[in-house]
Amino acid sequence: MAAEKAEMDALKKECDGLRAQIEAARKAVNDSSMSGAAGGVASVGRVQLKLRKTLKGHLAKIYAMHWSADSRQMVSASQDGKLLIWDTFTGNKLVAVPLKSAWVMSVAFAPSGNLVASGGLDNMCTVYNIKAASPKTLRELDAHTGYLSCCRFLSDSEILTASGDTTCCLWDLETGKQKIIFTNHIGDCMSLALSGDMNTFISGACDSLAKLWDLREGTCKQTFSGHTSDINAISFFPSGNAVITGSDDCSCKMYDLRSDQEVIGYQDTSLNAGVTSLALSNSGRLIFAGYDDFNCHIWDSLKGEKVGVLSGHDNRVSCTGVPEDGMGVCTGSWDSFLKLWN
Amino acid sequence: MNCVALPRMSSKTHSSNNIAHARRTVQQLKIEASIERIKVSKASADLMNYCSEHARNDPLLMGIPTSDNPFKDKKPCTIL
Repeated sequence: MAAEKAEMDALKKECDGLRAQIEAARKAVNDSSMSGAAGGVASVGRVQLKLRKTLKGHLAKIYAMHWSADSRQMVSASQDGKLLIWDTFTGNKLVAVPLKSAWVMSVAFAPSGNLVASGGLDNMCTVYNIKAASPKTLRELDAHTGYLSCCRFLSDSEILTASGDTTCCLWDLETGKQKIIFTNHIGDCMSLALSGDMNTFISGACDSLAKLWDLREGTCKQTFSGHTSDINAISFFPSGNAVITGSDDCSCKMYDLRSDQEVIGYQDTSLNAGVTSLALSNSGRLIFAGYDDFNCHIWDSLKGEKVGVLSGHDNRVSCTGVPEDGMGVCTGSWDSFLKLWN
Repeated sequence: MNCVALPRMSSKTHSSNNIAHARRTVQQLKIEASIERIKVSKASADLMNYCSEHARNDPLLMGIPTSDNPFKDKKPCTIL
């Protein structure tokens, strides 16, 4: 027993030493502030986007939405037990996918446009072929021991999931089996985002940490702290060198991957609502963050200032997305509507 | 209702689990400590440059002419 206690004490001392080393290394490169550096950058002025369309069709709270790679179709998920695929140019519903479990929390469109995936309190990720005459269940990915909070396709043969069981998982869709399980978070994983080159991904969790993972090795490469509550939303900055997070602590943060630390925070004393979702404009300059206060607030990512707001929903904004061509923003809400703005 | 008594973990198993966990934590921290870090001033400059280089290809920043707006409701034209 004494030998084991001695080893535990030694390991604990080693952990403390390594944590201090990481903090010191971060401090050593922290030679300026981003908001200071951006002082010379021209202001974007007031960003006033107009509501172009309200998509009506769901009968209950919308929990998730995802744009197709074609920047025209979009899929939404509601606890009315349906996925709806929309043609956002006309506002028409193209496909309705009935769900076995109505408790959906996440939805994703495959880059090919052939498949969509969803999941939630059923702990599963179900993949559907939407190009068939009527939507056909392709796979039920069943191994998580907690709810499915987020899913993203790498291709028609691989999908990444995040779960309330604190793990993320890479699945092979040909076999329906788990390829790699990513463990390191100590709280429910709430959100994930894939890097453009698909070599890495980032996850945000209820342990208030964001983590960067090597997709092929299965290892956690970097951990970002600073939030004081659950991280609900996470996204890469378009250059791939930074990560933006949104949290129940009512703030968003940008962490730079190469300096390994937070470089700017987005918070306002008048904003006392949690961040549920976020999306960036194509240049990365604008952050569209959905909040529990029924609005989507727009932030200048470089200066850290609030520059606009998308108001119109009658309940919490639960999901936000910008299509690949950057031509608009879609917000989805517990009020059962999706709105398109630009 | 029958209650099943679960076997209690021996204190030996318990402490070896803790040690295994602590070893994994040390391993993980070693990975995170080993990366090269660049200065925040350089990171900020690169982010600012990216935004300015891509600003003209950002429709939400630049604005979208009505004729090119895919989401705008197209009303039929009437000849007066």
